[in-house]
Amino acid sequence: MSESLFSQLLNLACGAFLLAAVVVLWRRELAAIVRLFALQGLALATIALLLGLHEDRWDLLVVAVGIGALRAGLLPYLIRRALAVLVAGQDGGHGGGHGEARETQPLVNVAASLLTAAALTLLSYAVARPLVELDPTPATRALPVGLAVVLIGFFVLVTRRRALAQVVGFLLLDNGITATAFLATSGVPLIVELGVSFDVLLAVLVLQLLTVRVREAFGTTDIDDLRELHD
Amino acid sequence: MLHLSQEPAMTALLLTAPAAAPLALAGAYTLGGLRAGRQAAEVSTVQRPLEPVAAGGGRAAAPMPAVAPTISPARRHPRDWAGLASPLVILACGALLAADVIDDGPVSAYSGLLRADALTAWMLLVVGAVAFIACASAPAYLAGERATDRATGRTVMGVPPAHGGPPARANSRVGEKPRVGEQSRAWGNYHVLVQAFLGAMCLAVVTANLGVLWVAIEATTIVTAFLVGHRRTRTSVEAAWKYVVICSAGIALAFLGTVLLYYAARQAGIAEAWALDWPTLVARADRLDPAVTRLGITLVVLGYGAKAGLVPLHAWLPDAHSQAPAPVSALMSGVLLSVAFAAILRYRVIADAALGPDFTRVLLAGIALLTLALAAALLLAQRDYKRMLAYSSMEHMSLIALAAAVGSPLALAAGLLHIAGHGLAKATAFCASGRILQLRGTSEIGRVSGLLAQSPWLGAVFGLAVVALLGFPPFSLFASELGIARAGFAAGAGLGWAMAAALLLVLIAFAALATRTARMLLGPAPTGATAVQDSPSALWPLTVGLAACAALGIATGPLGDLLSQAAAVLERP
Repeated sequence: MSESLFSQLLNLACGAFLLAAVVVLWRRELAAIVRLFALQGLALATIALLLGLHEDRWDLLVVAVGIGALRAGLLPYLIRRALAVLVAGQDGGHGGGHGEARETQPLVNVAASLLTAAALTLLSYAVARPLVELDPTPATRALPVGLAVVLIGFFVLVTRRRALAQVVGFLLLDNGITATAFLATSGVPLIVELGVSFDVLLAVLVLQLLTVRVREAFGTTDIDDLRELHD
Repeated sequence: MLHLSQEPAMTALLLTAPAAAPLALAGAYTLGGLRAGRQAAEVSTVQRPLEPVAAGGGRAAAPMPAVAPTISPARRHPRDWAGLASPLVILACGALLAADVIDDGPVSAYSGLLRADALTAWMLLVVGAVAFIACASAPAYLAGERATDRATGRTVMGVPPAHGGPPARANSRVGEKPRVGEQSRAWGNYHVLVQAFLGAMCLAVVTANLGVLWVAIEATTIVTAFLVGHRRTRTSVEAAWKYVVICSAGIALAFLGTVLLYYAARQAGIAEAWALDWPTLVARADRLDPAVTRLGITLVVLGYGAKAGLVPLHAWLPDAHSQAPAPVSALMSGVLLSVAFAAILRYRVIADAALGPDFTRVLLAGIALLTLALAAALLLAQRDYKRMLAYSSMEHMSLIALAAAVGSPLALAAGLLHIAGHGLAKATAFCASGRILQLRGTSEIGRVSGLLAQSPWLGAVFGLAVVALLGFPPFSLFASELGIARAGFAAGAGLGWAMAAALLLVLIAFAALATRTARMLLGPAPTGATAVQDSPSALWPLTVGLAACAALGIATGPLGDLLSQAAAVLERP
């Protein structure tokens, strides 16, 4: 693969990666948000794949396939299943409440969220300047994209009210960190990558179960209704 | 002295056992639980008709099912006592490793993946001691909980709730709403999760790889999530949700910081296999790019600070500590916080070598003072005694952070001693508070009074634990707080002022803690409450904890060498 083709494809994948995170802010249907998250997982796997091809490293290709399977396949499937359980539980009775499948009024409206995403992206470019200067290659020049997705993930986590939307926010954050790791150093050592993927998978399983329990206890998955504990 | 380090196989065993033994025990509990669960399912169908009436005032005296009412809890549940095996293994390995590293320096195994220096041995001893208190007081606690469960028919962990349609929101309020559950399988997962928790903490302590350290600390969040949310009431589910989301997101920041540090290390020419190895990074820290390292260290301190209960990501701490079962609260407060802080201490060494001491000093001192101010303010307004103990943990963690900010040998040794003393005293206090909760059925300070009149031993143990936390001699927290203060005033004008502010805030926290505890302990016993003679099996572990804390305060003995060497590990190279 020629140098210019590599850098163009890499930039394309990074662009898709960032765009998926921004569009998550725009959509309010939880099903659409999960689809976008799966697309972002694919973009992340593509980034790893391109780096592996560029550096002729077979282990990276294996890692890329694993990441694709986890982040574009398994995790979206788990969230979709949790969503199906919640929606089915809602149909079974208790008709008055608002739909579980949609985000309720977010704390920040769509226009303001998109503007914030733009500001966060600029911020990440500013913060990442020393990182790029240390070793300016096509991959590290795209590094601010990873940081921008981390910040957008945090923003989703803080401003969304549905439990599952918060889970997606946490996963966006994690995708951003993984992308940063790939762009900066072609990934962390394999044992660490395995441990991290396993931890993320378990965390999502735990959060999925807790979502069901939140609904059992509160009758809704609107996290803003969790106000029993305070000082 | 034993000299075991000459034999690599022995070293590998000593380094593996602290993490592997609890995990093996967790596996054994899982297998045993599956078998017991099948038997229990049959028993519970027989027991159903005996489902008792609603809970009365005295929870302990509530009617019991007719099946075997007089068998002592220890004999009925030998499984509860088996959990003591892993703290003993951890303590033994910690002691043997300590003997090794004092004489021969650090040992490592599995091509540097696991490594023990004096700090590792010290932390292993602390984890083992606190886990011993928590696991030894667990049988009595679980017996009490089982009695309550039988009395109220409360749904407990490990059992799917009898779920008939979504619950109406109005009547599921605090969730003491009785539900028919299968009590025999109650608390089935408790031991599995607690042992896995211990294993993850020990792995975090013995590993030298910063990536594996992160994986282990994140694993502690995952395994304790269901322990925090075990009661499935609104409050405990809320606490569990906040705990997992805040800690996972916070600790993700620490991973980002780790990645950035790895990037800096690779750019400094360190090979991939060693770029996350702590000793390598310390030895070659001067070659790391300062700007990247600064960003990475900031993220790491914020991230692991979330797990150590420091601002700005501390909000999970009082909720989780107040909702978890008492022995788990003891473990979380006594060692989880300090294991996470030990990670920060390791990173501080790298940062100081790469950036000079001022960067981490300002960062840690600022975070410590903010945490201390917040804890003191919330202690003043506290009405729940478990939350009061949780905020006291934040207060003590910020003192340890301040000691790390000072960074002189005296301050580091005092900080490490404070970790041990706080762990022992807080574990005792939390286990005693679990007993108080079972006795009185409320965690409100205002509704608990006359504890000394009703149950003299329990009141005395709780009172002494709080006295230890307040920093009175002979307990070791007196010596360590004195050491931190002396080191702070000796370190220069800036830190002197910070220390003065900290002492003022500690004084406020002191007053709040003292008046609230006095309100709980003193006064006449409430009308209707009978005097309780607590069984020694419930209280001896707590007495041992207090005795150990006092002994550390009077003389560190053979631990003195270990302590000074552990502090030397953390000094600027």
